[in-house]
Amino acid sequence: MHELSIARSMLDIVREQMARHGAEKLRSLKIRVGEMTAVEPQALLFCFEACTKDTPLEGAALDIEVVPLAGRCEECGTEMRIEGYSAQCPACRSASVEHISGHELAIVSMEVDKTDA
Amino acid sequence: MHDIALDEKILAKNDALARENREALKRHGIFSINMVSSPGSGKTTIIEKTAERLRNRVGMAVIEGDMQTDLDAQRIARCRIPVRQITTGRACHLDAHMVHHALPWVFGLENVRLLIIENVGNMVCPAEYDLGEEMKVAVMSVTEGDDKPLKYPALFHAAKALLINKTDLVRFTDFDLRRAEENALKVNPRLTVFTMSCTDGTGLGEWAAFLAAHSVQ
Ligand SMILES: Nc1nc2c(ncn2[C@@H]2O[C@H](COP(=O)(O)OP(=O)(O)O)[C@@H](O)[C@H]2O)c(=O)[nH]1
Ligand SMILES: [Mg+2]
Ligand SMILES: [Zn+2]
Repeated sequence: MHELSIARSMLDIVREQMARHGAEKLRSLKIRVGEMTAVEPQALLFCFEACTKDTPLEGAALDIEVVPLAGRCEECGTEMRIEGYSAQCPACRSASVEHISGHELAIVSMEVDKTDA
Repeated sequence: MHDIALDEKILAKNDALARENREALKRHGIFSINMVSSPGSGKTTIIEKTAERLRNRVGMAVIEGDMQTDLDAQRIARCRIPVRQITTGRACHLDAHMVHHALPWVFGLENVRLLIIENVGNMVCPAEYDLGEEMKVAVMSVTEGDDKPLKYPALFHAAKALLINKTDLVRFTDFDLRRAEENALKVNPRLTVFTMSCTDGTGLGEWAAFLAAHSVQ
């Protein structure tokens, strides 16, 4: 279950950012997970809760936006949603399709409370 | 309440180390592959067979990733190939940091042109972790079902080569080699596909030649 390692890497970044911004409490965390990544949102949610339990981050909400797989034809430039992981250009039938989204695994934003606020 | 906008890759640290590994391997003129499959598809056996064919022509080294034991590393050592074991404990995949620590050992060996990394037996987790290898190699065997590429698209998309192993057993299964290859190419049209059997030797020559050609460049 690599969602555990991913949750840990995510929380390392969160703690770093909180320290940098002098934040005391994490309210929520928004992340983006591409459909093509080998990451299971439910498993990640579970690991996030397990890793924050009994820590200052406990209770923070994790908001996971799943990004659909999309591609661009390398022959004619047509952009398309890719269903079922296999792509063929609807305009020119080419199978040379480059993925333009669906591989994301990133933190987008966090809501925090600051000590001095 | 305060909003912090970020655009930070969660695996940025791993990716940065992987980039360092890749550059260091290039500098040393070493071609590297990262073999990923379910447990039992035949990764270790393929490395043994590859070693038999290549060790007198191409300097090789092997990194074995395993959660618990060093049994695979012992098998490789018996082939007279330098091997380094990485025990991952609870982690179900190798990461760039673990490989980073093993590279000084590789660079201390003489004349290595080909580094083979056997990842932990698992089709899901290793797909997300770049180690800094030149080429990710997916392995599946004919006892696993020809729809495997559709079930694990992340791995098949990230791979540059696919090895379909145990073709000697295909007559005992309903596995369709052509369909398996089609499914893999659907997910990734750029895949180079090899079919092979470590038992009867089919396809091993082509695979070894492919590695040898990449390792001298
Ligand atoms: N019939 C057959 N068995 C194979 C072949 N390749 C490997 N095996 C067997 O499959 C089992 C698992 O192989 P191993 O190399 O340990 O798989 P790994 O877990 O992917 O490293 C062993 O018993 C091998 O002898 C093959 O081409 N044909
Ligand atoms: Mg093995
Ligand atoms: Zn097109």
